[in-house]
Amino acid sequence: MQETATLNNSFKSEEYFINMGPQHPATHGVLRLLLTIDGEIIKKVEPDLGYIHRSIEKMCERDSYQQIVHLTDRMDYLSSHINNEAVCLTVENALELEIPDRVKVIRTIIGELTRIASHCLWWGVMGMDVGALTTYFYGFRDREMINDIFEETCGARLTMNYNVPGGLMWDIHPNFIKRVKEFIVHFKTKIPEYDKLLTGNVIFQKRTKGVGVLSKEDAISFGVSGPVARGSGYSCDVRKYHPYSALDKVTFNEVLETDGDTFARYNVRIKELWESLSIIEQLIDNIPEGEHRVKTNAVIKLPKGEFYQKVETARGELGVYIISTGTKNPYRMKFRSPGFSNLSALNHMAVGGKIGDLVATMATLDLVIPDIDR
Amino acid sequence: MQISLNITETIQECLVSMMSESAAGYIAMVIIALIYLGIFSVAGLFLVLLERRVAAWFQLRIGPNRVGFQGLLQTMADALKLVSKELTGTDRADKFLYNLAPYFVIISALMALGLIPFTKEFQAFDINIGIFFLIAVSSIGVIGILLGGWASNNKFALIGAMRSGVQTISYELSVGLSLLTMILLTGSLQLSEIVELQKSGWLIVQGHIPAIIAFMIYMIAGTAETNRAPFDMVEAESELGAGFHTEYSGMKFAYFFLAEFINMFLIAAIATTVFFGAWLSPFGITESIPWLGVLWFLVKTLLLVFLMMWFRWTFPRLRVDQLLTLEWKYLLPINLVNIVVMAFIVWQNLIILI
Repeated sequence: MQETATLNNSFKSEEYFINMGPQHPATHGVLRLLLTIDGEIIKKVEPDLGYIHRSIEKMCERDSYQQIVHLTDRMDYLSSHINNEAVCLTVENALELEIPDRVKVIRTIIGELTRIASHCLWWGVMGMDVGALTTYFYGFRDREMINDIFEETCGARLTMNYNVPGGLMWDIHPNFIKRVKEFIVHFKTKIPEYDKLLTGNVIFQKRTKGVGVLSKEDAISFGVSGPVARGSGYSCDVRKYHPYSALDKVTFNEVLETDGDTFARYNVRIKELWESLSIIEQLIDNIPEGEHRVKTNAVIKLPKGEFYQKVETARGELGVYIISTGTKNPYRMKFRSPGFSNLSALNHMAVGGKIGDLVATMATLDLVIPDIDR
Repeated sequence: MQISLNITETIQECLVSMMSESAAGYIAMVIIALIYLGIFSVAGLFLVLLERRVAAWFQLRIGPNRVGFQGLLQTMADALKLVSKELTGTDRADKFLYNLAPYFVIISALMALGLIPFTKEFQAFDINIGIFFLIAVSSIGVIGILLGGWASNNKFALIGAMRSGVQTISYELSVGLSLLTMILLTGSLQLSEIVELQKSGWLIVQGHIPAIIAFMIYMIAGTAETNRAPFDMVEAESELGAGFHTEYSGMKFAYFFLAEFINMFLIAAIATTVFFGAWLSPFGITESIPWLGVLWFLVKTLLLVFLMMWFRWTFPRLRVDQLLTLEWKYLLPINLVNIVVMAFIVWQNLIILI
């Protein structure tokens, strides 16, 4: 008896601690995860934030409303247009400005293009995280076309600053419609290629199915949004429930998957590519004529009060909350960023899995660290 | 004086005319070792370049094409840079083992090369336990990886090294058993005899169904043994940073890196020898020109190397438990059944001869 006891004891495993990040290929930025692991099995994940905190919310209190739009580019840099749009919508609603239809339609088209570009990048990185390096370049090839369109439209490829309170900075380029149509034709042949390369792969499905499960109840209680929540079957698309810009004029399906695992979240994003394409297709031929901008005062002063607007970025629900005291600066500004709440569910999803599972799960959260830290 | 065409004996004969027999024997060994070392460090560098070009081709890129003609000197330049780099290491590493580890890996890779029959004449030594020796020597490399991971005193490196140990021990079985299946057919472990036997049809044809199964298992297990994707658990850069060689830099890192490519070449070369008739040309079309055998050998081997690169640049990585499931629950049982089938085929003499 004594002998078996010592034998068992000598094989006892010990939990140890490992630092994943802030410089680690899988954390896509400066996120630090404090992992407690037992061999390969994860016991606890503690995200440690703040490595790229730039106090954007505090800086907003100092800036005028036109300047604030520029800061929001640097939050979720992969859907910068949608961030800009959120702030502009809040300011416009507060001022009760009548925005021309042309602006609304263009904003929606570019917003959906941004979403596609963001999902393309995510898809490439997702493949890379599970070990298929080739996907990265396929994703970037298609994203490049969108970036070229953006560059022609407003001169910037990533941090666009195309929106201003009251409309758009410039009108669209004459080539815009032609190039977007070219892109739609091109991209429709490329999504099946994505499926061939990664979705249908047996190893990939083994790596993702049943991994990082988040039930619908947990999704709601963690406050996750966007494709992560929709992968768990929680219908929460802001574009459906609170349509903004021209989204009330188009028909599209909200993609829902019920499994709640990594593969479901993956599928939601792939299907969203099709939905975004369909939204663009419905709008691209019907861009109304008109002004691209309504005149606002050079110094925008919001009326006294509190204003809130939410939009759907590629990562989920972005909320902009402004408290104004009637001056040219906001008294307090708060962003509700999707990445922060999505990250909070990581510990719940990853515990019990292997290190490889954690990486796959984190990839489908589609984290952008500056969005979390702000 | 009888002139042999064998490279070892040729050199020895030349030396014997100059000095005593025993001295000639030793010097011949050194010369041959140097020749092999030279050829294969260059071959390793070439394989790195090949991988980069193949990867670029898969990934819609161009790849290195600036240094030398079509980038042929790119990896030479990289190696030069690595040689000139300062060797940095961790403070608390076990210095002796830390420095020893890369040599284990590179020496075991180079040692096995002496046995590969490039042509009838170009084989450094031909012993009667050829295949056995190859398997034994090529599995020494894992000791280097384990040592490197352990001695680095880094948790990521340690996880990588432990994964490597688990992986190599498991897949060694499949490599061994699939080659054993073929040995049932040849009845000899000596590589020259195995090649000689294939003059009446390559073994993959002779052994038909079980030979094809053995080949597929061998390629899967061989890829796993070289720690390449989809079995690159050992370095899994999205999980472990760089795995077992996290703490290595400069030339020590280059040894690990080169060894991976030479191992890949080895796995492909063994497959060529055992399944595809080594230096024999298809249907004996160039049998009259013996030195063309090298060309045929390299063509076959590089095709298999390309196959392994194809794996790497298309497949995602398996998880560590799935890796073991694949080996112990699928490959090993299939392999055992396959051996019995092969034994039956040899017993009933159902071999296809051309």
